[in-house]
Amino acid sequence: MTDHTVRAFGEKLEALTTSVAQVGGLAEVQLADAIEAISRRDTAKAENVIASDRRIDQLQYQIEDQSLKLLALRQPMAGDLRETLAALKMASELERIGDLAKNIAKRAIVLNREPPIRLTMSLARMGRQVEAQLKQVLDAYARRDAQSAKAVWQQDGEIDEIYNSLFRELLTYMMEDPRTIGLCTHLLFVAKNIERCGDHCTNVAETVYYMVNGEHLAADRPKADTTSETSVPYGSP
Amino acid sequence: MKKPWLQWKAVRDWLWPFACGLGAAAALIRWRGHVELSTLWALAIAVGVLAAIAGARAWQQHLIDAEPAHPPDPLPDLAREVFERLPDPLLLLDETGRAAFANAAMRGVIGAQFERKPLSVLLRVPAIQQAVDEAGPGSPPAEVEFSTHVPFERHFQAYVSRSATAPFTVVLLHDLTAIKRTERMRADFVANASHELRTPLAAVSGFIDTLRGHARDDAAAREQFLGIMSVEAARMRRLIEDLLSLTRIELNEHVPPQHFVDLEQVVRSAAAALLPLAQAENIRIEITAEPHLPKVLGEPDELTQLFQNLMHNAVKYGRPNGHVRVTLASIGSQLRIAVRDDGEGIPRDAIPRLTERFYRVDVKRSREKGGTGLGLAIVKHIVNRHNGRLSIESEAGKGSTFTVSLPVVAEAPALAPVTEML
Repeated sequence: MTDHTVRAFGEKLEALTTSVAQVGGLAEVQLADAIEAISRRDTAKAENVIASDRRIDQLQYQIEDQSLKLLALRQPMAGDLRETLAALKMASELERIGDLAKNIAKRAIVLNREPPIRLTMSLARMGRQVEAQLKQVLDAYARRDAQSAKAVWQQDGEIDEIYNSLFRELLTYMMEDPRTIGLCTHLLFVAKNIERCGDHCTNVAETVYYMVNGEHLAADRPKADTTSETSVPYGSP
Repeated sequence: MKKPWLQWKAVRDWLWPFACGLGAAAALIRWRGHVELSTLWALAIAVGVLAAIAGARAWQQHLIDAEPAHPPDPLPDLAREVFERLPDPLLLLDETGRAAFANAAMRGVIGAQFERKPLSVLLRVPAIQQAVDEAGPGSPPAEVEFSTHVPFERHFQAYVSRSATAPFTVVLLHDLTAIKRTERMRADFVANASHELRTPLAAVSGFIDTLRGHARDDAAAREQFLGIMSVEAARMRRLIEDLLSLTRIELNEHVPPQHFVDLEQVVRSAAAALLPLAQAENIRIEITAEPHLPKVLGEPDELTQLFQNLMHNAVKYGRPNGHVRVTLASIGSQLRIAVRDDGEGIPRDAIPRLTERFYRVDVKRSREKGGTGLGLAIVKHIVNRHNGRLSIESEAGKGSTFTVSLPVVAEAPALAPVTEML
């Protein structure tokens, strides 16, 4: 961080960065725990995730307060302004990831009452990939590394591809055996939530890139989610 | 370190005499009875104000600089030396919760640029942050366990203790990965194995029952059944071998490899081992390598298995009488090894899931070819351990390319119990 003539300003800005890192850490743990609750069928962990979501919300409010005060009292300029706005945006993206993790945990509790299904392993694997993206983009934020953020932004296509594949597989499962529809619908939403977490990671990556470089990433992100156009005809394998 | 206040001071020192000179000149001209020179006066005042601003800036910056960037080092040399040599990562935080000292093992975790950074920026673990926040002076030390899942699973115990007398908090990490993995290994192995072994086992026991029953005296059927049983038994053996090697690789995944390996040699020996299989299908394995390839850090046995698995797949799913092309090239700071077959290719939506355990594009075909569904999972774990990247491209009808990129490094990392992978 560059030196500021008014030291209190530099300190406030640093406190803001610290809070964002804290929300990031919480979001990481929430997502990891939610996915573990599914892969290890750990209902206690799922309940823990649901209970801990409030901490992320509180920290988000705190960040909003901090940035508003900074904007109102210090009128930051250039890089400082971008940093303040980035904190505001990242806090809301990370809070969304926390919400999605909470939703995954809720579904984990339902899923854990049903017999185990192999596909949860594939879901967990997809989840790990999103966790990796989230870690990388938060590291990029801590190090102010625009290139690393851009790499995350480019990798989101892979997660979309896994989601497509899982989506098709779940559709075929449901067609083969209508008794699994309840279970598979929950899995479908879990997969969608994980995919949404990946999207929020790319948003964070865009914010980090803008914060460091002062210019936006190109508008057309590599997108590979085609499930909105996918249908599996009845009777196909 | 560059001191900006020195520059401001120089500006001030230059501007003061100039302003004084201008003022004196204006006064002199006025005194000699010439017209009023208000512009000269204004100029003198303006330069004077500028000099005053520069002076103020110099003073402010001076104040910032005068405060030491880091507080004086509280550690005596001996203590510093002892901490530095500890195998477990150790971090000292000052009273504001910023890093004051990190030993070599901890620098491997949080990086070399740690000084005066807040804890949550360095170690994004809410549990530790909470323990630090809650630790009062002299309160009993707290122990928290936490795990990280990417790029591979690791488990740590953090010990947080705040001194009652001096203004600092100790954070000590202890790596539990090896213990936890061994604990979990057995459970995972049984879970995986029981599920996948059930099918071949059911087949074998079914045939045994048949041979004992109505096929007891049927020589032709006996011959046929024994053949099938032998195939199924071989599959179970392969499955167990693959599961064992996967488990072994997973156990060591967090330990960075220490040997320098000549990859061309590894690839050639892996190809030699596959020669009989390739000849049976009349497939030719062609290896092209750039001259003077740099060596990479790796585990020779694991790398051999990696390329054996990739080439074995290429032979299995390639076109009969076709080619398997292996190219080794050095691109930037990476060594890129591509294994290309000319088979049918892989459906697009299957590609991202190929490295999943027991995922098969075509279950029936994989069974026929004697696949265990673990080959690419093993590849992925080996690549992970070597800090590399696996990418898969495929074109329907034309074949698939599996590319492994491994980083080329100048020297082996110090053998620390924890690497930068946290």
